[in-house]
Amino acid sequence: MQVLEKQQIMTGSQKLIEEKKTIIEARDVNVFYGHFQALKGINLTIKENSVTAFIGPSGCGKSTFLRCFNRMNDYIDEFCLDGEILIDNNKIYWNKIVVEELRKEVGMVFQKPNPFPKTIFENVAYGLKIHGIKDKTYIEEQVVKSLKDVALWDEVKDDLKKSALALSGGQQQRLCIARTLAVEPKIILMDEPTSALDPISTAKIEELLFDLKQKYTIVIVTHNMQQAARISDKTAFFYMGDLIEYDDTKTIFTNPKQEKTQNYITGRFG
Amino acid sequence: MTNALKNKLIDNAFKVFGIICTLFGLVILGILIFNIAEVGLTRIDWNFITSLPSRKAEKAGIYTALMGTVWILFLTAIIAFPIGVGAGIYLEEYGKKSKWANFLEINISNLAGVPSIIYGLLGLEIFVRAFNMGGSILAGSFTLALLILPIIIVSTREALKAVPSSIKDASVALGASKWQTIWNQTLPASIGGVLTGVILAISRAIGETAPLIVVGALAYVPFAPSSPMDEFTVMPIQIFNWVSRPQHEFAVNAAAAIIILLLITFMMNGVAVYYRNKWQKKIKW
Repeated sequence: MQVLEKQQIMTGSQKLIEEKKTIIEARDVNVFYGHFQALKGINLTIKENSVTAFIGPSGCGKSTFLRCFNRMNDYIDEFCLDGEILIDNNKIYWNKIVVEELRKEVGMVFQKPNPFPKTIFENVAYGLKIHGIKDKTYIEEQVVKSLKDVALWDEVKDDLKKSALALSGGQQQRLCIARTLAVEPKIILMDEPTSALDPISTAKIEELLFDLKQKYTIVIVTHNMQQAARISDKTAFFYMGDLIEYDDTKTIFTNPKQEKTQNYITGRFG
Repeated sequence: MTNALKNKLIDNAFKVFGIICTLFGLVILGILIFNIAEVGLTRIDWNFITSLPSRKAEKAGIYTALMGTVWILFLTAIIAFPIGVGAGIYLEEYGKKSKWANFLEINISNLAGVPSIIYGLLGLEIFVRAFNMGGSILAGSFTLALLILPIIIVSTREALKAVPSSIKDASVALGASKWQTIWNQTLPASIGGVLTGVILAISRAIGETAPLIVVGALAYVPFAPSSPMDEFTVMPIQIFNWVSRPQHEFAVNAAAAIIILLLITFMMNGVAVYYRNKWQKKIKW
């Protein structure tokens, strides 16, 4: 009886995700670094206000794919993308797109916490300032709001003028998330955001993701399979540049359709 | 003798050799400074610094040469700083890896090795004659600016390179343009290193004599320069002039002038070291 109820709840929430608006759509995406093909014909859609996890062994192309969504690969020599990526129905590799505007909509959190060597306040305010916002009260409001959103406010509210480099690793990473939130993106890309953190800091950030999901769409690359299972609604498994399987997280982890996925999540390789 | 004992002996021998190598330059510099100080220290007084040159050694002072050096330094810095830092930023942040970039890089290193007299001839032909500046402070400053440009470019690049790419990534990922990232993140984080390079380059320019002689710095200038278009002389030329006189009193003047020139150089290097340490302490990645 209990099991049945739980299942009904699950299917209910799944249904909700399928009904949500598509925010990211990849159509037959091929990526090359010179002669090396890093991604092979990827098709995938991501719904609004969901958490999507990309998993797979090192070098499988998951980070490359993530970085296509905010065009961070543009700086790599010999990077070449074929196919289309649409965000909010805009082709982001169309040559008339303003990359800076795109990155305002699609924020990114990196593997290693990388706060600027400035004060905590300036770290969060930076994004607003570079986008030309001069209204001081608005900037202050956004800084406070962003720090509250990442549950860092109580820890740093008296130290806003102190250097961000004095914070602990976990605090720095939450500050980096706050910095991303301040410019109010629609999507947040996270490239193994907890791999450099201790378990307690990791738990805090995972907790945060549940809250952030209400307002943002989150795509997260992770090496930690338990993490993917815990936090994501959908999971995509990549292997050698191919998208092997993309489904509800529950299905991927309990009843994968592909043998490779099965082998990977049970730890037989990777 | 056991192997371990032998190794230890070699270890100690090399240590002693290393200490001798380290002290070699310092000891010679020490002897030189002591020698000069013995001769010239008593000659330095306020009059010596504020007097114009004279045929009589006891009346002669370094005022015109000192002012010439200050003018030259000031103008050289103003010219070389923006050009050198700008070129450094371009090469490090904008220049893509290409044959053209390689060619530029190699030739900038080459420029740093060009003898200073060649720069002097270049300055004579271009600034003095083609641009009609004459043997003025401005012509001398442009020539010296050319001379120290490669040093500034290379040290600027080193300083920019030391800024971790994660910082640039973070800025760019927030939607900052390249220039915003350079201006707000990369430059502030590397300014200590950039300034250190500029100061060291300028303190090298202080000692340059050959290119300025070619450009037309005079051995005898009766009045201190008052505008960039004036004729000038600088400290090293004044020193050379005094040393070449037969009278002993002028040698004393030369020693005194050397002390002052060294003081200026040491002070500038001190400032450079101070900035570098301050910068290193402030930023720990």
